[in-house]
Amino acid sequence: MDIEDTKASPLHWIVYIGVIVSVLGPLIPQFIWPFAKSWFFPDLLPSVWSVRAWEYIANPNSQVLEAVWNSLVIAVLVTCISVLLGVPAGKALGMYRFRGKGLVELFILAPSIIPGLAVTMGIHVVFIRLGLSDTLLGVVLVHLIPTIPYMTISMSGIFANYDPDFEEQARSLGASTFKTFFIITLPAIFPGIVTGAMFAFLISWGQYLLTVLIGGGRVITLPLLLFSFAASRDNAFMSALSIIFLLPAIIILFFTSKFLSGKSSSMGGFGTI
Amino acid sequence: MTKRTTIVLLLFPTISVLVLLFLGGLAMGLMQSFGYMPLIGMNDFNIDAYGSLFGDQEFLLSLALTLWISISSTLLTMVLAIITALAFRKTFSGKRIANFLYQFPITIPHIVIAVGTLLVFSQSGMAARFAHQAGLIADQNQFPVVVSDKLGLGIIYVYLWKQIPFVGVIVLSILQAMGNNYEELARSLGASKWQAFRHVLLPTIIPGILPASIICFSFTFGSYEVPFLLGRPYPTVISVLAMRLYQDVDLNARPQAMATAVFMAAFISIMVVLYKRLLGKMSGRR
Repeated sequence: MDIEDTKASPLHWIVYIGVIVSVLGPLIPQFIWPFAKSWFFPDLLPSVWSVRAWEYIANPNSQVLEAVWNSLVIAVLVTCISVLLGVPAGKALGMYRFRGKGLVELFILAPSIIPGLAVTMGIHVVFIRLGLSDTLLGVVLVHLIPTIPYMTISMSGIFANYDPDFEEQARSLGASTFKTFFIITLPAIFPGIVTGAMFAFLISWGQYLLTVLIGGGRVITLPLLLFSFAASRDNAFMSALSIIFLLPAIIILFFTSKFLSGKSSSMGGFGTI
Repeated sequence: MTKRTTIVLLLFPTISVLVLLFLGGLAMGLMQSFGYMPLIGMNDFNIDAYGSLFGDQEFLLSLALTLWISISSTLLTMVLAIITALAFRKTFSGKRIANFLYQFPITIPHIVIAVGTLLVFSQSGMAARFAHQAGLIADQNQFPVVVSDKLGLGIIYVYLWKQIPFVGVIVLSILQAMGNNYEELARSLGASKWQAFRHVLLPTIIPGILPASIICFSFTFGSYEVPFLLGRPYPTVISVLAMRLYQDVDLNARPQAMATAVFMAAFISIMVVLYKRLLGKMSGRR
């Protein structure tokens, strides 16, 4: 094949433009609506502009700030616990061969594949009994069901590509297990941990169903508010909230796009199903 | 420390949390689906809820709609992910930005795109406005109903938006790992472009994206927010139906809600087991 074949043809350009239009299409109006007061069919731009949606958000009575705070606290706690549990488990799955490993992998993967409705409804009764329903702690606990499998499987992908010889060498030179971990293992797997942690954060940040079931409408998070505005089709408010909801995802994408492109091993672990 | 102890210690925290929350929750859900709820004084053990499930027309309609949406969006995702990934393999000016946009949807929450789909594709949305400006329609009611429609087109659009990049990135990495050599070899032996794709690229790509497709299918099968916002109230998808039954003030609807949710979990579990069997047979191991 000559070099021509690696260049884009007009047909390819149709694909590129199609991708750009369909990716950005649903996002652009969301950035205009929060500034619109009246914007009727068939106008392409609002006839009256306003910032009332933002004033509403900044108003302490509107619950938006409380919801953002709750979402952040829950997602940070969930991420930290997932990292603490997922890194060791990922190491076991990524670096060791043992009997029943396939079964263990399937069990850890199952909560991220099997629809969580039955599990969460089942837990709800127990949580009511334990006083965990309608509490932040209860919401954190159920968010762990999808994030721990994600973190573990990502880390097992990272550890599968990690060379344990360095650990052996450090230990043979007299380093303790802890010292070896902090000086040798941690720096090697750190980029993988960061990527996995950011996605665990996003999984918790975007969670609606689990929060509404266990939080019982008492623990207000951002997706809950956004969902109720979207259900009532209030375009200005739902778009403003949607932008705030979107921000962490965009920030995280800037950090991770280089990890995702091509040779990412953090996605590789999912090949096990 | 022996190797065995190390492995057990490393896995113990994760396994025990998942046993408590996941298996525990599943077991409780199962018990309630059999009508066993001692907390509210229901001590029977029966399969009435499952019986009424399959006799209920709304459940069957919901199941059909859910399957239609999941199967069509998963298949379309695979096809479009392969097409777009093949296009993004080429070099072109502005590739970095286009690449960024291609991966962009992976991190965006589903609700954001459901909101965007409402703003673009509802009858007073941006698409209808552009159609009016272009003189294609005179009135907004003439714009085709693609949100809250019978076929769930708006819902499928959101799933495609989210999933094509997820699968596409995997296809890109498969293409990168395989390089151009096999394709070039096939071409130099006289294969047409299509033949090289059909017999060289496709057999490599398909097994690589099957796990991701299973993830897509099970996600769309159980998803709640998107069909709630972009679907019709009747018939709705199975997860929305289960939630509605669960939130019913009549506690007698509880076992049926649980049975619906347990059915969903069982259906996906059986799918995954069948898939693993098939995979085992195809590759001749396990």
